[in-house]
Amino acid sequence: MSIVVEKVSYIYGGGTPYEKKALDQVSLEIHEGEFVGIIGHTGSGKSTLIQHLNGLLHPTSGTVSVNGVDLAEKSTEASAIRHKVGMVFQYPEHQLFEETVAKDIAFGPNNLHCLPDETERRVREAMKFVGLDYDTFAERSPFRLSGGQMRRVAIAGVIALHPDFLILDEPSAGLDPIGRREIFSQIRQWYKTGRFSVILVSHNMDDIARLATRLIVMNCGRAVLDGSPMDIFLHHRDILQQSGVDVPPLTKTLEYLQERGIRVPLAARETEEAAQALYDEWRTRGTC
Amino acid sequence: MLKDITLGQYYPGNSFLHRMDPRAKILCTMIFLIAIFLAETPAAYGLVTLFILFCISLSRLPAMLIWKSIRPLWIILLFTLMIHVLTTPGTVLFSWGWISVSEEGLRNGILMTLRLVYLIAFSSLLTYTTSPIVLTDGIEALLSPFKKMGVPAHELAMMMTIALRFIPTLLEETDRIMKAQESRGADFSSGNLWRRAQNMIPLLVPLFISAFRRADDLATAMESRCYRGGEGRTRMHELVYSWRDSAGFAAVAAVTAVLLLMRWWL
Repeated sequence: MSIVVEKVSYIYGGGTPYEKKALDQVSLEIHEGEFVGIIGHTGSGKSTLIQHLNGLLHPTSGTVSVNGVDLAEKSTEASAIRHKVGMVFQYPEHQLFEETVAKDIAFGPNNLHCLPDETERRVREAMKFVGLDYDTFAERSPFRLSGGQMRRVAIAGVIALHPDFLILDEPSAGLDPIGRREIFSQIRQWYKTGRFSVILVSHNMDDIARLATRLIVMNCGRAVLDGSPMDIFLHHRDILQQSGVDVPPLTKTLEYLQERGIRVPLAARETEEAAQALYDEWRTRGTC
Repeated sequence: MLKDITLGQYYPGNSFLHRMDPRAKILCTMIFLIAIFLAETPAAYGLVTLFILFCISLSRLPAMLIWKSIRPLWIILLFTLMIHVLTTPGTVLFSWGWISVSEEGLRNGILMTLRLVYLIAFSSLLTYTTSPIVLTDGIEALLSPFKKMGVPAHELAMMMTIALRFIPTLLEETDRIMKAQESRGADFSSGNLWRRAQNMIPLLVPLFISAFRRADDLATAMESRCYRGGEGRTRMHELVYSWRDSAGFAAVAAVTAVLLLMRWWL
């Protein structure tokens, strides 16, 4: 399983005075089992890019294929493969419409013509997956839930499609710090189950730094950097900052300490990890 | 699929017509549209044609745009032409079965159709060169003398402005919700009429919810900035008449006067 993006360009409003090139010759390949972070400032083309990955937009030039099937084709095969790439939009709770949580989550499976048993099974499983108790929430109206709960219902609606790739666009937008932490720790747990690859779009470097195994930096419609997050933070900071994003605060702090002559693990991804290393360092110094 | 919808018809530019005051433009357009009905002789039609071509060149719009505004109405134009050609009695040019075409009919038909084309072309010049917001400002200013008669000019203009302001936002929202539901396997483009109407529910429910939420937020935002209707409210962009507007009025008045002369004295 892989998504292959080949020399994709996309132009909004072609032929009008409002024409704008949103993607410019982007080529990349996303493999099964990856956790890809896509980062870039507003208008860098990241949202346009991810909409190509499940065929919501078709490239002006170039091709996007999933498992070797070109998404721009009008075949049933192409439309079936589109559902292998699940998309969670920004503020996904705005797409809820059904009377009950269970019905809303069942919308996707019903569209895939699942049998009632199968749909029910998928709804239960998806709700469990996002941490909503079936008996408590299934029959409640989605509009009477808290913001964080609504978002989980919406994500469950996508997970019930059983995608191989899950795209999340700013999944923490508008949530409070606790909600943010919850959603990211959940995303990490989902990823660890190995059920799907995750493509996470954000402009918050901190979130991506901790989770992604691979980082793609977008600027002006191009993928300007593509590689392991730590490599990018430590060795390509100039391009990163030109693209309007900065290295995560943790890496910055560690660099500051290193300049002051303290031995630190620069490549630490977690605050706990860095703190532990600093503590050990301090202990060894202390005993000397 | 929604990318083809442009708001109004405004075509940004910086020409003489673009820079005219909206009030002057609306009034000039109204006067000239009425004046078009004064034309009856080929000479008068020639004058109208020249004036419209002059205005189009003054607007520096691509000629394609004017054509685009006329094209959707071709059925009405054809209908007008046929009605006149087939129903006017007079000198028979040729007949075929019960259908007979008279010279007067052909003449009337062509002139009437031309008149319609001119009406559409000239009024589309107004909407092409004036952004909807500026147009509303102009309408408000023109309606304000009627306030004493109970016409809520400011409120009407404010409602129009808000509606116009939110059309792109709602379109964007529609696009986003459609995409979200399509990612969940929704299908908005196939099936019979009933099926399609049903398929719209997952789109319309979230759209209405968001529209009401936006309206609520907007009302709060306006209230918290002390909005309380048009009374005593000043404007950010004052409308100012300039030499362009005088020139515009003069040109339209001159053409109208000549058309009047041609109609009754020549």
